[in-house]
Formats: sequence, C-alpha cells, structure tokens
Amino acid sequence: MSRSIIVSFLMRDKVGNALLAVLLALAIIVPFCSLVFEPGDTFYLSSYWVTLLGKYLCYALLAVAVDLVWGYCGILSLGHGAFFALGGYAMGMYLMRQIGERGVYANPLLPDFMVFLNWTELPWYWQGFDMFGFAMLMVLLVPGALAFLFGYLAFRSRVTGVYLSIITQALTYALMLAFFRNDMGFGGNNGLTDFKDILGFNLQHSGTRAALFSLSALALAGGYLLCRFIVNSKLGRVLIAIRDSESRTRFIGYRVERFKLFVFVVSAMLAGVAGALYVPQVGIINPGEFAPLNSIESIVWVAVGGRGTLFGAIFGAWMVNFGKTWFTGAFPELWLFFLGGLFVVTTLWLPKGVVGLSAQLSKMRRSKAASGANTEAPVQAQAVEAEPQPQQASQVAPEPDKQAEPTPKNLDQGAANV
Amino acid sequence: MKTMLNKLLGLVGLVVLSFGVLADDWQQAASGLTGKSSNHKLAAIEAMLEFDDPRNAVALQGMLDAELYYVKADRQLVIATKSGRSFLLTDLQGESLGEVAKSKIKRITVNNRIRREIRSGLAMMALAGPDEDARFSAVRSLMANVEAEQLPLVEQRLVAETSAKVQDKLRELQAIILLENGDDAQRQSSAEFLGGRMDAPSRNALLRAQSDEQNAEVLAAINESVARNQQLLKLNRAAENLYFGLSLGAVLLLAAVGLAITFGVMGVINMAHGEMIMLGAYTTYVVQQLMPGHIELSLVVAIPAAFLVSGAMGVLIERGIIRFLYGRPLETLLATFGLSLVLQQLVRSIFGPLNQAVITPQWLSGSLEINGVLALTYNRLYIIIFSFMVVAALWLLISKTFFGLQVRAVTQNRAMANAMGIRSSWVDAMTFGLGSGVAGIAGVALSQLTNVGPNLGQNYIIDSFMVVVFGGVGNLFGTVVAAMTLGVANKLAEPFTGAVLAKILVLVFIILFIQKRPRGMFALKGRMVED
Amino acid sequence: MTQQKQHSSRWSKQLAASAMALALTSGMSLAQAAETIKVGVLHSLSGTMAISETTLKDTVLMMVEEQNKAGGLLGKKLEPVVVDPASDWPLFAEKARELLEKEQVDVIFGCWTSVSRKSVLPVVEELNGLLFYPVQYEGEESSKNVFYTGAAPNQQAIPAVDYLMGEEGVERWVLAGTDYVYPRTTNKILEAYLKTAGVADEDIMISYTPFGHSDWQTIVSDIKKFGEAGKKTAVVSTINGDANVPFYKELANQGIAAEDIPVVAFSVGEEELSGFDTAPLVGHLAAWNYFQSADSELNEEFIGAWQSFIGSEERVTNDPMEATYIGFKMWAEAVEKAGSVEVDSVRDAMYGITVPNLTGGYAVMNTNHHLTKPVLIGEIQADGQFDVVWQTAGGVIGDAWTDHLPESANLVADWTAPISCGNFNITTSQCSGQNY
Repeated sequence: MSRSIIVSFLMRDKVGNALLAVLLALAIIVPFCSLVFEPGDTFYLSSYWVTLLGKYLCYALLAVAVDLVWGYCGILSLGHGAFFALGGYAMGMYLMRQIGERGVYANPLLPDFMVFLNWTELPWYWQGFDMFGFAMLMVLLVPGALAFLFGYLAFRSRVTGVYLSIITQALTYALMLAFFRNDMGFGGNNGLTDFKDILGFNLQHSGTRAALFSLSALALAGGYLLCRFIVNSKLGRVLIAIRDSESRTRFIGYRVERFKLFVFVVSAMLAGVAGALYVPQVGIINPGEFAPLNSIESIVWVAVGGRGTLFGAIFGAWMVNFGKTWFTGAFPELWLFFLGGLFVVTTLWLPKGVVGLSAQLSKMRRSKAASGANTEAPVQAQAVEAEPQPQQASQVAPEPDKQAEPTPKNLDQGAANV
Repeated sequence: MKTMLNKLLGLVGLVVLSFGVLADDWQQAASGLTGKSSNHKLAAIEAMLEFDDPRNAVALQGMLDAELYYVKADRQLVIATKSGRSFLLTDLQGESLGEVAKSKIKRITVNNRIRREIRSGLAMMALAGPDEDARFSAVRSLMANVEAEQLPLVEQRLVAETSAKVQDKLRELQAIILLENGDDAQRQSSAEFLGGRMDAPSRNALLRAQSDEQNAEVLAAINESVARNQQLLKLNRAAENLYFGLSLGAVLLLAAVGLAITFGVMGVINMAHGEMIMLGAYTTYVVQQLMPGHIELSLVVAIPAAFLVSGAMGVLIERGIIRFLYGRPLETLLATFGLSLVLQQLVRSIFGPLNQAVITPQWLSGSLEINGVLALTYNRLYIIIFSFMVVAALWLLISKTFFGLQVRAVTQNRAMANAMGIRSSWVDAMTFGLGSGVAGIAGVALSQLTNVGPNLGQNYIIDSFMVVVFGGVGNLFGTVVAAMTLGVANKLAEPFTGAVLAKILVLVFIILFIQKRPRGMFALKGRMVED
Repeated sequence: MTQQKQHSSRWSKQLAASAMALALTSGMSLAQAAETIKVGVLHSLSGTMAISETTLKDTVLMMVEEQNKAGGLLGKKLEPVVVDPASDWPLFAEKARELLEKEQVDVIFGCWTSVSRKSVLPVVEELNGLLFYPVQYEGEESSKNVFYTGAAPNQQAIPAVDYLMGEEGVERWVLAGTDYVYPRTTNKILEAYLKTAGVADEDIMISYTPFGHSDWQTIVSDIKKFGEAGKKTAVVSTINGDANVPFYKELANQGIAAEDIPVVAFSVGEEELSGFDTAPLVGHLAAWNYFQSADSELNEEFIGAWQSFIGSEERVTNDPMEATYIGFKMWAEAVEKAGSVEVDSVRDAMYGITVPNLTGGYAVMNTNHHLTKPVLIGEIQADGQFDVVWQTAGGVIGDAWTDHLPESANLVADWTAPISCGNFNITTSQCSGQNY
C-alpha cells in the first residue's frame, strides 16, 4: 500500500520528475562541457560558469530546506542562513586543516590566522576536522544540534508565528556577531579562505570543480526526493495540518511540537549540506553569511518561486539569483529597487509564487480533462481515492498564512493597555 | 581743515611712535611664528608672552581658530578671513588691510603641542580677566600641569578673587602644590582638604603623596582622604554606568517606540521601520541645509518636519501596501522588507552613498559636569528626557484623545467600530502614519549620535524588534521597561565582557526569555487564541 | 556610468558568436580582444563598502579617460570593464573570475578591505591575473599576482607612533580598533614596537569593538580614566568606517580635546571627514601617504582633474585615490616598457618603476610588490582638511612581512630570481604557501 502511494506520487509529480531529470542531465553535461571542450569552443563552459551554476544549486538546496519548514509547516524561519553558514564553516574547517604546512607561516597544525594572532595550540573545537568523515558528520550534526536545541525550547513553549520569526533572526544575528569576533577562533571577519585541496584533489583544477558541481546537483536531487518523501508521507500531512491550524491539530491529539521539531532539524541539516557544498566552490566562508539579510533573501526565493511547492522553491532560487547576477552586472544601482519591488509584488499579487500561476492554469485545464486522465491511469486514480486528502491543493497552492494571527483582533487589548 | 590734518598727522605719529617703541621687541619675538618647525613657534610664543601686549590675545586666538596668516612678501602677521575666492586681511590691531589672493599669504599651522601652549597662555591671561567661567577653567588648566613656582601667583589670585567658585578651585590648586612642597601642617591640611575632591590632579596628587610621605600623622590624613576618594570614585563610576545604560536605553526606546505602535498595536511586522528612522535623520540634514544660519534652531524645526515626512511616507505605505495584507503578518514582513530595500536605494540615489554631515548644535555639545569624575553628556541627557516626552505624548494621545479612542476601538473590534461610524480604514492609515512619524522623530535624535547614511535604519531594526517583543507586544509601558532594562543590562555587562559579547549575551537572554514567556515581559492578560 | 558593459546583449552576442564560429576559425575572438586593452574595475558600487569604493571606481575611470586622451597604450585604446561585487566577499571572487575568464581583462584595479582581497587572491593566482590593491592593509602577504600600492604597517602605523613619542611626548597608549584582521595585526605590531621602545605593559590599553559600533560611552570613558594617570596619553585608532563618527562625537562630548588625548587614526581620511562635523575634532591626527592639502603642482592638477571629472568642487581626494593613481601610472608605464599587456612580462617590467607621488618625490615599486613612498602626519582642521604637521625625510620601503612579529620576522618577499617567492623563510630557505 505505502509503496504504491510512493510510486503514485513519483508518477504524479510531473514537474518534479522533469526537474530531477534536468538535475541529472546537468550533473553530466556541465562537467562534460567544461572538461572535454577547450576554451574557444562553442560548447566550452568556463570555470566562471561552472562555479556560478554550482552556487545556484547550493542556493536551491537551501531554498528547498526553507520551503520544507515554511511552505509545509508554517514555520517562518528568518535564521536559516545560520544553518547554511554553520555547515559551510564545518566544511571550511576541514579545508583549512587540509592546507597543513602549505600556509604562509608553514605551521603544520595551526591555520595562518591563528599563527599571527599568537595562538599556540589548536582549540578543542578544531580537533578532528582534519578527517573528512568527521567534518562531514559535523556538517550535519552542528546545524542539526543547534536546530534541535533551539526548536526544542521554542516549540515546547509554543513560540509561534511572528515571535518565532523574530527570535530566529536574533539567533542568526547573535551568531554573526560571535563569528565576527577574532577571539572565537574562526578567523573573524576574514573567515576561512585560501583553501588548497579536498580529499587530495586540487580545488583549482577544473576536474575538482566539475565534480563538486555534479555533487551539488545530486545533493539537490537527493534533497528534493527526501523532502518530497516527507511531505507526501502521513507525517507530511500532519505538517500541513499544523500549518493550516496548529491548535486544531493539537486538539486532535498530535504532539505538534515533535512534528515541528523533526522537520525543523531535517531542514537545518539540509541547509548545512547546502552550505558545505557552497564553500569549496566559492572559496571562502565568513561571518557575512550569517547576516539576517541573507536569511531573508532565501525566504524571498521561496516566496517568488511559490511556497508549498518544492520545485517552486528551486525555481525561485534560480530565478532570483540569476536576476541578481544579471542586474548587479548591468544596472548595479537598480538591483535593490528590483529586489525590493519583487518582495512587494510577490506578496501583493503572487501569494503562491510564479509556479502558483501556472499551477492554477493547469488545474483549470486538468479539471476539463479529468475523465480522460482516469481511464489513462487507473492505478494512480485508485491511489488517490485511497487517500482522501487535499494533496493537489497543498502540493501546489497552499492557502497562505491561514494560521497567522488575524491581526488587530487578537491583540485587541493592545490599545487598551497602552 | 587744518586742525583735521593736524589730528590725522598726530594719529599717524602716535601709531608710528607706538610701533617704534613696541614693534621691534614684540614683532621680533613673534617673528618666530613664521618659522617652519614647531620648536621655533613654541619659542616665539614663550617670547611673546613676556610682553603684556594686547596683540598676544589676538595672535594666539587667531592661531587657535586657524585665522592667523603671514604675508609672504614681508612676513607681516595678519588675521585673514575667507571671502569668496580671496581673503580679507586685518592686522593684529584690527586695521583692515584689504583683500588679497590666497597665494599671497600663508597660514601659520599649529599642532597639538603648540595648541596646548597657546591655551595655557590664554588661560594665564584669563586668570585675571573679567569672565568668571574663563577664570574657573583657567585655574583648572593650571591644575593639569602643576608647578611649584605657581604658588605665589595662586596666593595672589586667592586674595584678589571675588567668586567663591573660583576661589574654591584656587584653594584646591594651592593644596595640590602644598601637599608636595609645604611643611607638615600645610601638608596635613592639604591632604584633608583634597579628600573627596574628584578632579584627577587632586586624586593623583594624593596617590603620589601616599607613596612619598614620611610623616606618620600626615600619612594617616592622606590615607583617610585616599580611602574616601576611592569610595566616592566607586559610587560615581556606578552612577556613570547607570547613566550610560539609561542613555542607551533611551536610544533603544526612541528607536522602538514607533514600532510599538505599528507592530505592537496594529500587528504589522514593519521591517521598513528602520528606514522611517533614516528618513527622519535625512530630514534633519535637509533642514540644516535649508537654514544654514540657524543651526541652533534646526533641531526644533526638524522634529515636526521629520514627523511629517516619515508620517506621510507611513500613510503612503499603509494605503499602498499594508492595507491589502491585514491578517497576514508574515506577509507584511516580506513586503515591508522589500520596501526597506527600495527606500535605502532611493536615499542612496538621491543623496549619494556617502554619509551626510549633520551638525550638532552648541547646546547639545559638551557635558554637564557633576564633579571631576562624573559628567553627563548633554546630547544623551537631552535624548533621555526627549524619549520620555515622546512616550508621554503618545500615551496621552492614545488614552486621552478622541483619535486614541478611535484607534483603540478599531483594534479591539473592527466590525463594531465600523458600525459605530468610525472609518476604520482612515484610522488604520493614521495609526500607521503616527508610528512612522514617531520613528522619524527618533531619526532626528539619532542624527545627533551616529552616522546619517543609507544604512542607518538597518542598525536599529533588530534591536527595535527585540525591545518590543521583550516588553510584550501591544504594551507601551512594556516597551519602556524593556528598553531601559536592555540598555542598562548591556552597559553593566560591557565592562566585564566587552561590547560585542555584552550584545550577544543580551540577545541570547532575550531568546531564552521568549521561550519562558512567549509573549514578552508584560503579556496581555486574558484568554487568547493562539492560531 | 556610460562605460559599463551591456550584459543585456550577452545572449545575442553568444548567439552571434556561435553562428560565426561555424564559418570562422576560433582565432577570431583573439583578434577581437586585441583591439582594446581591457581594464577591470572591481569595486563595490552597492552595499556597505560602496561609500568608499565608488570613489575609486571613478578614479580608475578618470585615469582610463586621461590615458585614452593621451593616445591609449601601445597604440590601443583602453576599455574599462566595471563590475559590482556589492560588498559581498564571495561575490568578489566570482566577479574576479568573470573579469578574467569571461571578459579577459588585462589588469584589475580593485578591492577594499583585506577580506575582499583574500577572497579574490586564489582566483587571480589560478588564472594568472594582475590585481592592484590600493588600500592600506596589515601586510603579512605578498602574492605574485598582486601589487600593493597602499601602505604597509611600517608606512603608516610605526611612523605615527614615532611622531607622537617624539613631538608630543606620549608615554601611555590606547590601541583602539575594530575587531578584524587589520587592526589586530597593526596593534600586535605596535604593541611589540612600543615594548621594545620601553613602554610598560600597564601603559598600553587595547580595546576592540565590532563593525559599525555606535555606543562608545563606556570605551571613551575608559580612555578618559586611562588618560588621567598623569602621563601623556594618546589613542592609536584603527577604528573602521562608520564607527568613527559616533566615536569622535563621544570624545568631544566627554570633553576629551586633541591637546589632552590626541587620537591618531589610520582609516580616517578626507572622504570620511566629509561626513563629519569636524569642528570638535580639530587637532586629532591621521597618518597617510597622501593628504589633499599636500603642497605640490602635480597634486593641484590631480585635484582639478578629479573635480572636473566628477563635476563637483566639493569632492575631496584621499590616500587610496593616490594609491590608485600611482598603481595605474605604474601599470601603464610597465606595459609600455614591456611592449605587451601579457601578465608575466608586465610584472617583470614593474620592478623598479618610478612614478612621481602627488605629494612630491617618487614612488618606487619594489620586488616584494610593495611601494616605497613617504609618510605624512596630518592634523584635522575645521574645514575637513588635514594640515601636514610632519613628514618623513624620504620614502619608506613597504615591508610585506613585519620584523616586529616573531612568526614573520624570518620571512621575506622577493619576486625576482633567485628567490622568486612571496614568503621565503630565510632560516629554513623554504618557500611555502604558494599556489603555483
């Protein structure tokens, strides 16, 4: 039964499947174009394009992570950049340790910035990062643990909505201030940079770069599949129920905070993975990644693409970042007008994002051809009937923020107390 | 006609005569000022001060104000003031010498060492002058550099001095000198006199004497005074820290109070709140540009102007965007965030990316000195007072006026208010405008403390939200308490942890506090629907 | 700016290029690139650093325009390519790659702050680009592909301290800085230097604050207390950018005048002062290699050219602009000397090149990729300008690796044979940390 459901979802999510196919194709074609062709060839992809596209993939994975908690569970986290950056720092620490004696001061153990700040021994939290396996474990565990701790406290005491958003912002802001401090031992404002190699492969070789790109594409595909599995499972439906009415779900008997905690931790880990893949490709990680603005920007990717649809988040990340690359090159003065305008337009006229538009159109079309679809695929139809849930609606077009406080009302005594 | 000519001749003769007598020596002494090295200039100043010549004051003050030049051709010292592209010259006796081009004259540059010498020279002149405050600060500047040779002068002044305040200061100076150079009895009485005096020279003199004193009785007196000073010092430092905390709290309060309306009362997560503050600060800048001659008054004009500019922008935002988003607070967050980016870029496009220089009026500069250790800076003092005035006015507006009644009615029960004939949409716009306008007023105050640039708002937005959430949404009193608590906590922690860690600790504290009390310190009572 | 390249035509260009590629050989693109010499400009035009960097972008554009008026270089016109890294450090690396790979620029003028340079460094080294970095920095670096035309610590910090000790008789020191690598390193060097000069531990106070720090009450009050001990005290400020305005305001309000406790700053120049009300700051100091008030014909010419280029008599000039000017002039001369824009030959031609300073005398490019230039100390005036109160007799050789820190005392940089290394350890004869 459950197997057939999964199969049916795999079959149903046509856009998603197409997206997965594109990702797989990218994972093969991009390295091929950059390695096989020579500079000057029509199909040659320079390292500029490979790293740029790789960066977009990492951002897309972050967007999927944000969408999982926001689009499906109604948790608007303004601090997901923190998990992304923590994953990045874990990777950066591994890469720093790989430099070894090749630093400018030729210290076999300490990174350069520690040498000139007079550190004499490696701090305890840098231990073990010379091992790739350990570092990768930390990429998952550090963001995961922080999300667990933070989520455990916040969800248990039922901090919701706006309050949660604001304290997640405080979280990433506090982390940013902390990482800016040189005394923290993470390189302060300069962060970690000048990486040499990863697992023995030179980071400046196009082969390494192509491999990292393919890995990012695969990670994004994997992240997509994982999130799709979660949201389409029974658990996913509880999440959507929480999003749409948290109290009602709680009254029915679900331990709401556990579901939220689970999805929050998974999402944080995904963000961490995205950060870890991002760092070797862009070549630097510094506290700027913790800036609240970055987290909010990732929210916008999801909002523009269409929250509550996983592929919408990916499209949104790609569209906005491509726009950013293009705009900052062509009209640097206009970029902020454009980005800011995008926020306003999206919230006012595109509450379901760009994919929401097409989904609505296709929905209309599909209802016309509904009878034809039933005869074409009887198995899927059966599966759908077995699951009487508003899957279609929640998959592509969630009602935005039903859960949100009906504003001036529940603050009613506000004025009286003023 | 003839008498006239005679008079004129006589005058010229007098001038020539006076020059003949004084000019040589004084001018000889002053000629070193045109030298290149600071040692030449210092020697010249010392030589000039040997003469009791009115030109000393003019020349020294001219050097301080960067108005003393010399004519390149004949090395004559002149006071030059810029007028258009050329300079108006007057000699040191105030005679006009006409206008010359910049290339004909050269300014006499001074550095800190010379400036110090000039100030002490001017102080010595002021010591016997008519102005009480000048005499007082002259004595203080003498205290900074005590020399035993000054004793006769000090004693002579003590007799002549009429003001009790200056006399007291002179006595303190006398005590400092005697503590080192007097006999046993003088030292003892000096030690007793200096106990409880907070000026650094007095405290340092006691500490020096403590290690040098041989006489046991005098030493006991010194010890007692030192102990008393230490205690007073501790007390004053604590008071100072509290003041720092309150003033930081006042800044937070001003920044947050507008948000307490837009976010607290209306429930709009206004991420563009910081930009409303920024607009207020830019308004201050523009007002100062428009009335360059009246800097002292500019802030008085800027406050209503900033309120109107930011308030109008707030009404515009409410009508254009926010009103479509009521009931969807998280969406207002996104929309207003986008708006904040647009406003920043707008200001950057209009005024340029550079910070703008907002001038601090005289009455906001300097500090109110309580004693040698504790001084309350005027700008912060006024901001503390101002922040409370703003809160009080808001409170009156909301709880005592008809408009406030309407606001409360609409936020409590919109449908009922509508039924009673209140135009709720108008009230929404006005309330949002009010919150934004108050943010604009905060901008006027902040322009006196920090940079006026496109990023001004960004630096305060997170803090503002922390204050409102910590205090309890929808509660003006909570906002006041929260701002003051956070300000004081931050400043109390800072000496131990440093500025950054203090701020991080405060943030972590708020995060944990919200877990404990998800609705802030002063949560609204009553049953509430969570969803 | 009109010179900005048109990205909008990228796609059409690519289409056209691929169509033509069928008919033509791949040599075509090379022939096209050879028509102009491309000058990359990598300065933030948006974000927090735009305040400082926009000016440098305009300076490079002005230099390019002047060079083109004078006939260009090697008979070719110069073509500026401006990109905006938006004060975002990873974006600096990305844009540098874009300039070198996609735009195929021959030289890059850009970066401000160490982190942006560190971010770009691996890219210019990998693609063998040429970067001119025009801002004072902490040293401890010498890359084969970077020429540092700003001051190293021994060209700014140490002369400033010498001046204060000698002229003002300072015995007690507050080292106040923003918490990042430049102040940290500078203060470490100064601390070591002061201690060798006999300053006791208790006479040095070090304090770090975050970027954009705005509440200076506690720190200024601490400085005041520290200065009350009876010894002449000075503050050496490596406070960065925005934090300076509230810092100086607080100093003035708490009644600390320059005559009592002078502040010597390494990051406050004419442009920063144009956002200040400078009246209460008169007498505080700054150490640079250039001041707008420097008395020379060349400087007057430069100021005139700048003000007419930018179209405002109000605009000031500053030290990083002079560093950009010197770097550009040197590069142009090296290109003429080498007869090519090829990076390796230009680099070889750079060593020993001299260009007149705007303040008088000549700047020399050394084989450690740092300049020899004079150091000036200026005092802030009420009009926002500096009075030069002291100046080194001749040029000071920029030192890539300071002698005052134990780890770097053994390192030298020399990019000519036989050493050819940016950090050569003279005790172990080893060259480490290079990417090639």
